[in-house]
Amino acid sequence: MILSRKMASIGKECVACGCCTRVCPKEAIQIAWGISARVDQEKCVGCGKCAKVCPAAVIDIVERGAAQ
Amino acid sequence: MKKATKKKWSDYLWIAELCYLFLGLFNILFAWLGMLFFCIPLFVAIFGGSKAYCNRYCGRGQLLGLLGEKLKLSRNVPPPKFLRSPWFRYGFLTFFMIMFGLMLFSTYRVFTGAPLSQTVTLLWVFKLPWQWADVSFVAPWIGQFAFGFFGVMLTSTIVGLVTMVLFRPLSWCVYCPMGTMTQGICKLRNGKKSKEYGRTGKEDSRTAEGAGQ
Repeated sequence: MILSRKMASIGKECVACGCCTRVCPKEAIQIAWGISARVDQEKCVGCGKCAKVCPAAVIDIVERGAAQ
Repeated sequence: MKKATKKKWSDYLWIAELCYLFLGLFNILFAWLGMLFFCIPLFVAIFGGSKAYCNRYCGRGQLLGLLGEKLKLSRNVPPPKFLRSPWFRYGFLTFFMIMFGLMLFSTYRVFTGAPLSQTVTLLWVFKLPWQWADVSFVAPWIGQFAFGFFGVMLTSTIVGLVTMVLFRPLSWCVYCPMGTMTQGICKLRNGKKSKEYGRTGKEDSRTAEGAGQ
């Protein structure tokens, strides 16, 4: 499986509103336990749609290695 | 290629939000229906341990999204840092709960014999006369609660609309008292589980670290 070079990374001040889950074309983001959004690294293609809509501005698009 | 998404009934809950606001204008007693918007998210968080209400069923969020994204009424810029800070979020929740408590207290005063005040308080300060509302056929405290609660709902809608225009469409969600409360409940309920999963899961580790805090 070929992974994209970039991926979304969620900051710790996520408010779990779910905006990102609605726009993700790959369904790579989920709200885990009502606490925070989580990105499935294998599904994420780093398109940045989630970062554009995040009202809390906590999503960054980063190089794969940097998020881990 | 754009993802084909089939609309579900829950995608139209913004209509319920609009109906609520209009019905309240015609008959203030409809304000009581707003208790559903208050209680359902709390029940979902307490018994279901999730923010499913915010994520899928919040009519206000959908309405703000429609106005901001579809009608392009939003400037679509990130909100300022202070608005996103936990201090502001929890501070606003505290302020909101104090104002809610005062509203309940005035309801109690009417219950114990004080005269009914036929006003709707907007933005916690402005008292709008609401004389056309007929609440003579119910107990005065029921009417008083309706006036107070409709003020709370209108105020939060106005604040949400203002931040929608100024910042991103769903900026209200950042400091929405219900969202803050339900997230807090979920943290209390699921914080430990979430931390454990973060250590073994393949998800973004930045989130995993912060999720349980």
